[in-house]
Amino acid sequence: MTQLSAGEIRIALIGAAAVAAAAMLPVFDQGFYLTLSLNIVLFAALCTAWTLFSGPTHYISLATAAFFGLGTYSVALGIDVLPFPVLVAAGGAVAALLAGLVGAATLRISGVYFVIFTLGLAELIRQIVSWTQVKLGASMGLYVFTDFSEAHIYWMMLALTVAVFATGWLITRSRLGFALQIIGNDEQVARHCGIDTARLKIVLFMISGAFIGMAGAILAPRYSYVEPPAAFSPTVSFLVVIMALLGGTRRLWGPLVGVVPFTIVMEFVSARFPNDTPIVIGLAFLAIVFVLPDGVLGRLEQLRARLRRSRPASPAAVAAKEPA
Amino acid sequence: MEILVTGILLGGTYALIALGLTLQYGVARIMNLANGETLVAAGFIAFWLFTSYQVSPLWGLLVIAPVAFAVNWAIYVWLLRPLVDRAKNQGMLEVDSILATFGLLFLFQGLMLRSFGGAYVSYTFLAERFTIFGSPYGLNRVVAFLAAALIGASLWSFLYLTRRGTAVRAVAVNPHSSNLVGIDVAGTAALAFALGGALTACGGTLLSTFYTFNASMGVLFTIKALIIVIMGGVGDVRGAVLAALILGVAETSVASLVDPGLTLSATYALFILVLLFRPQGIFGRQQT
Repeated sequence: MTQLSAGEIRIALIGAAAVAAAAMLPVFDQGFYLTLSLNIVLFAALCTAWTLFSGPTHYISLATAAFFGLGTYSVALGIDVLPFPVLVAAGGAVAALLAGLVGAATLRISGVYFVIFTLGLAELIRQIVSWTQVKLGASMGLYVFTDFSEAHIYWMMLALTVAVFATGWLITRSRLGFALQIIGNDEQVARHCGIDTARLKIVLFMISGAFIGMAGAILAPRYSYVEPPAAFSPTVSFLVVIMALLGGTRRLWGPLVGVVPFTIVMEFVSARFPNDTPIVIGLAFLAIVFVLPDGVLGRLEQLRARLRRSRPASPAAVAAKEPA
Repeated sequence: MEILVTGILLGGTYALIALGLTLQYGVARIMNLANGETLVAAGFIAFWLFTSYQVSPLWGLLVIAPVAFAVNWAIYVWLLRPLVDRAKNQGMLEVDSILATFGLLFLFQGLMLRSFGGAYVSYTFLAERFTIFGSPYGLNRVVAFLAAALIGASLWSFLYLTRRGTAVRAVAVNPHSSNLVGIDVAGTAALAFALGGALTACGGTLLSTFYTFNASMGVLFTIKALIIVIMGGVGDVRGAVLAALILGVAETSVASLVDPGLTLSATYALFILVLLFRPQGIFGRQQT
């Protein structure tokens, strides 16, 4: 269990090389490509964190925008008082707390209630934040002035993404991950094995929420002016669901396959046809359900399995194609 | 007292919307998250008919309801039935239908943004004083409530007094057993889905006579309708009506006593109470 297999070491090396290459990017470009890459890394962190919870449990969480906004707000409120790393941690903690509360209220019952609850969560939090700000006599918006350049934010986000991946990998190796696998396959069986399914799901949702909150906190300096409608924009939640499902949620790195192309597409659409983003999002959802129910990765694996069946290759070729 | 009356008047329209959703979810077993878009679309059509052709929204209902019925029937038969057929269990169907109706939600929203723009819209219809218990209310609200009550009553008589309606209720209780006693489950589900869409559209038309709305507001109404349906017990007509009135009163109290910006919090507070104490709904029976 604790021993690393050769395959895992290879994946770790490839991953490290990819991260190192990605970290070099700001050296070459500080403009368009850095902005685009920051978006890609941001959604990579969000979607992978989302998949940590929604992948094994199959619950569709739409709480991303709420966690993300709380992270952003933690930084915006405390930037003049506390150091930035403390605020990022605080953003994660507040998001985890909210995730715990939502989980405790809904994850004990059926999954439908969870979806409905998270559907309006960002809007609810936005209403409460706006109302509190008005009651306290503060202005609606908050300024976030820092010395961070876009490159700094990019590096921090990249580090967070690595942390999400590492956590995801550690979870799959732990008792928690093993239990989750059973829950994902059959919850009834899991309960009979003596697994406290509700508690596990809540813990996992809190971990996932904490990372999303931290991503929001790290991104806060980019906005420089934070107000509730922008910070709690519900579109983020839906984009995360689309990208993660587009890639495939069966593997930890599955969402990446959806994040990279879809971020580029969205960038293009919002630059050229800013009013038609809802139509693109709608078509993407329909495409996922009707064309790619298991994501691009699932489709590729299906194709590979069909190829292997139809053309019984030599044993050596099969061994070479064996998944890493 | 004023809060109570305003809340009940608002609740009447909510009840219609929630009845539409409870038919779709309780009978057709499709959690239609694009329900709010049907509502807003109906509102926009009523607005367009009224401002361009001076057609009263009440007459507009005669056009809007059949159109909504046809559109929702087509959506169910072409888009959602394949999902019902391929689903191996209820959980898979739930995830698939949630994702598919999200797609419809954004598609409709995008199309409405294209046709009507993103601005808030309202029109003046029957904005006269009407006195109940000595306090004045908008006549449009009272008329909307009465129309909603009338439509609700006809739905009730359809469900409880006709054979077709009995079949719908049977499918709501158990699709498998209904099939055994010779009910066309697939046809009944399509009928219920289409009828649900038509009811929601009626609710949207009535709501538009006194409410300011815009193209991206649908989700808020979907949430309210979903919470009403859960409060009342899925597929339960009486429960949906009672829950809608409770929600209408709760929202109006929060809006007039605390802050109009906090209405969603009232909805969520009720939702949490229901989840904690009565997850099966007011009239719902405990699942075995």
